Amino acid sequence: MLDVKNLQVYYGVIAAVRRIDMHIDPNTIVTLIGSNGAGKTSTLNAIVNAVKKKGQVVFDGRDISRHPTHRIVKEGLSLVPEGRRVFINLTVDENLRMGAFNNDENFERLRGEMYELFPRLAGKKQQLAGTLSGGEQQMLAIARALMSEPKMLMLDEPSLGLAPKIVGEVFEIITELKKRITILLIEQNAFAALKIADYGYVLENGSISLEDKASALLGNDDVRKKYLGG
Amino acid sequence: MDFATFLQQLVNGASLGSMYALIAIGYTMVYGVLRLINFAHGDIMMVGAFLTYMATAAGLPFSLAVLIGILGSVIVGVLTDKIAYKPLRNAPKISLLITAIGISFFLENLFNVIFGGVPKAFSAPDYLTKVLHLGEIYLPVTVIIIPVVTVLILGGVLWVLYRTKYGMAIRALAFDIPTVKLMGVDADRIISIVFALGSALAAVGGVFYAVSYPSIDPLMGVIVGLKAFAAAVLGGIGSVTGAVIGGFILGFTEIFVVALFPELGGYKDAFAFFFLILVLLFRPTGIMGEDLERSRF
Repeated sequence: MLDVKNLQVYYGVIAAVRRIDMHIDPNTIVTLIGSNGAGKTSTLNAIVNAVKKKGQVVFDGRDISRHPTHRIVKEGLSLVPEGRRVFINLTVDENLRMGAFNNDENFERLRGEMYELFPRLAGKKQQLAGTLSGGEQQMLAIARALMSEPKMLMLDEPSLGLAPKIVGEVFEIITELKKRITILLIEQNAFAALKIADYGYVLENGSISLEDKASALLGNDDVRKKYLGG
Repeated sequence: MDFATFLQQLVNGASLGSMYALIAIGYTMVYGVLRLINFAHGDIMMVGAFLTYMATAAGLPFSLAVLIGILGSVIVGVLTDKIAYKPLRNAPKISLLITAIGISFFLENLFNVIFGGVPKAFSAPDYLTKVLHLGEIYLPVTVIIIPVVTVLILGGVLWVLYRTKYGMAIRALAFDIPTVKLMGVDADRIISIVFALGSALAAVGGVFYAVSYPSIDPLMGVIVGLKAFAAAVLGGIGSVTGAVIGGFILGFTEIFVVALFPELGGYKDAFAFFFLILVLLFRPTGIMGEDLERSRF
């Protein structure tokens, strides 16, 4: 579904991503784990061309390396950005409407589906998104990204700053989504991510230091020491 | 001041305020999405007035001429963004501001070269220059038409912003441009819509100005533009309703200062800015302005 070849991101002379090669099969959950500053967010932003990059990105058989961000999203690759970034000055309903900007004909149906998938949002349709709790904002951000009916969803640290109970809910929903779409999940919470993922990449200092089946990574001593707290 | 004079000045103030309001909406909307004070905006109003003048001089009917003025302003406004501002989207805001001042000088001088600096008489059709006598009050038809059209336009702008998909995108853009792109929306297209809308309103303001004063010159946009900017700040920059309120306040202030203290007539512009300073001292975000970082129109 997604192939990344020799991806590099530089901010001036500083390398955020030195070299990344990734392959993601359809209808799988792949996770990219790594500590703070390893280059996880830069990788996702580079894939959708929200930052300058070098390298090749092939999505669904098409080379999207040079496509502008909005076009990549239209082509079916959606990103739930770090820090949720819901439109706090818009209502919950309007946020969903923004997500379906190029999907007018299916808006009503998808909105219904989203309120079923995220019942916490259903009671707050006309509320400004800025008044939602962190967990609700995360759910709204995911729902908003799904409104374009993407073939693949990339999630940047969905558990960041959320209460453990809510993290559980969010991860349950992500597992549920696997039935329909491909998912690339970035997490600091490596244990939770590897538990629901099929395959994992470990990012260190801007390059992949290790990759394997998620179950194998969970058992890997090196990974356990560095990312799973022993 | 007797009641008749008061009424007379009230309509005059509403008419002048409307012109400021129409131009202020453009300032405030562009600021809302780009955090740019588009100093060339006053000159877009001049462009609108001049193109309308040219079209009438060429013998076209007035309504068609106004349409040409509006369309021409929209094209100039959108091109300004595409050519001058778009390459600077990621540059420091001060570069953008200096560029805007450059565009302003460019437009003023371009029209000066083409048309010369001598003010031109603007001839409006008879139905706009008629004056109604209501008892002791003299009401030029324009003085009634201008505020009515302005309020209708404000309603239209608010309808676009709050009831249409593109208006929603403009509001979202004001908060977070990168995330709007993640919705599959071409942010630059939405920004063009903002410039088009603002320029169209400025052109209408320019035509109103030309009809009311009836003379135009290439520098007509400078002081009117500055006062419209003051109106936008007064009302709370980033707020469309605020821009209109600010415009009307400025219009009324100017007219009533002259009416009450005729000997201070020469200082009427100073009063507009004095009023601005006063409001900003007590309410730095302007009348309708909230947190500047969360402008909501």
